[in-house]
Amino acid sequence: MSIPGPAAPSGPAIETRGLTKTFGAQTAVGNLDLSVPAGSVFGFLGPNGSGKTTTIRMLLGLITASSGEASVLGREMPARLDSVLPRVGTLVEGPAFYPFLSGRANLARLDSADRHASPSTRKSRVQVALERVGLEAAARKKVKAYSLGMKQRLGLANALLQPRELLILDEPTNGLDPQGTREVRSLVQSLAAGGTTIFVSSHLLAEVEQICTHAAIMRNGSLVAQGTLGELRAGGRARATVLTPDAGAALAVLSHLGLVPDTGHPVPGPSGAQHLNAWLPEVAAPEPEEIVAALVSARVRVRGFSVDAESLENRFVELTGSGFNVAQ
Amino acid sequence: MSPNDPVPAPPGPKFRPSTGPLLRSELAIMFRRRRTWAMLLALAAIPVLIAIAVKLESKDNHGSGPAFLDRITQNGLFVVLTAMVLCVPVFLPLTVGVAAGDTIAGEANMGTLRYLLAAPAGRFRLLAVKYLGAAAFCAAATAAVVLAGTIVGLILFPVGPVPLLSGTTVNGWEAEGRILMVGAYVVLSLLGFAAIGLFISTLTDMPVGAMAATVVMAIASQVLGALPQLSWLHPWLFTHYWMGFADLLRDPIVWGSFGSNALLQLGYIAVFGALAYGRFATKDVLS
Ligand SMILES: Nc1ncnc2c1ncn2[C@@H]1O[C@H](COP(=O)(O)OP(=O)(O)O)[C@@H](O)[C@H]1O
Ligand SMILES: [Mg+2]
Repeated sequence: MSIPGPAAPSGPAIETRGLTKTFGAQTAVGNLDLSVPAGSVFGFLGPNGSGKTTTIRMLLGLITASSGEASVLGREMPARLDSVLPRVGTLVEGPAFYPFLSGRANLARLDSADRHASPSTRKSRVQVALERVGLEAAARKKVKAYSLGMKQRLGLANALLQPRELLILDEPTNGLDPQGTREVRSLVQSLAAGGTTIFVSSHLLAEVEQICTHAAIMRNGSLVAQGTLGELRAGGRARATVLTPDAGAALAVLSHLGLVPDTGHPVPGPSGAQHLNAWLPEVAAPEPEEIVAALVSARVRVRGFSVDAESLENRFVELTGSGFNVAQ
Repeated sequence: MSPNDPVPAPPGPKFRPSTGPLLRSELAIMFRRRRTWAMLLALAAIPVLIAIAVKLESKDNHGSGPAFLDRITQNGLFVVLTAMVLCVPVFLPLTVGVAAGDTIAGEANMGTLRYLLAAPAGRFRLLAVKYLGAAAFCAAATAAVVLAGTIVGLILFPVGPVPLLSGTTVNGWEAEGRILMVGAYVVLSLLGFAAIGLFISTLTDMPVGAMAATVVMAIASQVLGALPQLSWLHPWLFTHYWMGFADLLRDPIVWGSFGSNALLQLGYIAVFGALAYGRFATKDVLS
């Protein structure tokens, strides 16, 4: 680009204040206060229908917020859309292309829509983007002959047509096989290493957990948690697991100590024993050795015992109500 | 430059931000689509079919059929005019309705609208480019009829001095000039209609619906134009001057309908262009 880049961004790459979008009576996104630090890889998590795509559409000026404000790369959106969007690469609600054009022609078409994109470097930029997502072999094929995974890759290539300061990727691993998912992850990591802020939405925590530095969790259009992954984990409770054949006696002891038994799915163990789970109380939790001592003195045959911090996956399921149920 | 000069930042190729590439891409896409060529070929087939039918028919069909039909055998240049009489009220609105109705709704339907806007194309710029694309289709569609009609007329019928509607006779070259003027008149006539199609296209994400609604507008306008009880309304209908191209075949040329038509079409472009922008500028792109 001929315009010198701005000084290193200091404020958040994305910030929203009370951002709200209603469709008729339904609130798709309600009173959202999001803060995405510059340079972070930010996981925007939530089950299907929790308002992720709607938020992204508002950030890009595709739809108008019902109320609230948003700024992207330090500028108000959608007022400053023309100067912000050339610095932002996007994938919104899945890829979309002209089925009757080749992959290469599609990228050239979308690139020509940005009048600040140099026509003289278009061909080489398209080529580099295609190579980056591993599509150069299929570049001449018409997009109607592409698989969903190939379209997803082409969508990523479109987001990478120019050096970007921010990438907003809505469910980028949708439709990809495990190999493709790994490739997207390593692509995101290499882009992040180059200083690009990455905002990536997903309804599957596992898809992004390994690459994110920060995350926000959405439920029914509201933000239920945001912060670094460490902060999100710290918000979770610890859980004790006991392997014993004396389930009844063990549960009584655990309850007496203030633990909350998780009787949902008792897992049978070897030779008549059971894995029992119980949540430790958030305040005045007994030490693990106290629990074991209490169990033993109550003549519970303890064959195994552990206390684990809750996995982020469980925390996610807990915060969103359920991993997969689609919100109304 | 001396070696001691500070190395300037690599400037990158100098270019002025312009809408040219998007417009070129729009035209390239339109004229690369099979659908566009199918419509242009269908339009070109009309003068060809007329000419062949007349050639095969005996000479005694004077007085029936569309205007100019009975003159074709005397002069091949009348093939274009006869074809225009059929194409202007029916076949041109049909094809232009498809092209104009598809402009925004088609992109919305494919989902590419959100990526064009995120590029960012700019809503006004995109709308303007889409309208210019539709206008280019109006020109191509008319050209298809004129070109095919002229060629088939030259092949199948004698060409020579042409008697005009007012009785005077002009030579073949001047007659072809008049026919090109008729073509320009027809293109102009379609521009207001294309603006209506653009507006309708911003209202929906279903291109087929937008196309159908646009074509219905042309039909409705012509039906209203045929009802004598509504004569007060007639000068305001965008189809009012559509058949006025015959005035270009008089000697001297009667420019009245050309001027009134131009004004009327400009008015329609302004009104429906503004409506389209008003709608599109604030539209929630949810496709
Ligand atoms: N065009 C629309 N009209 C009405 N409701 C919508 C529309 N788009 C999305 N919604 C609703 O908004 C909510 C959030 O949707 P979305 O942002 O797409 O969720 P996500 O991307 O997290 O899966 C959903 O309940 C959905 O039904
Ligand atoms: Mg979504």
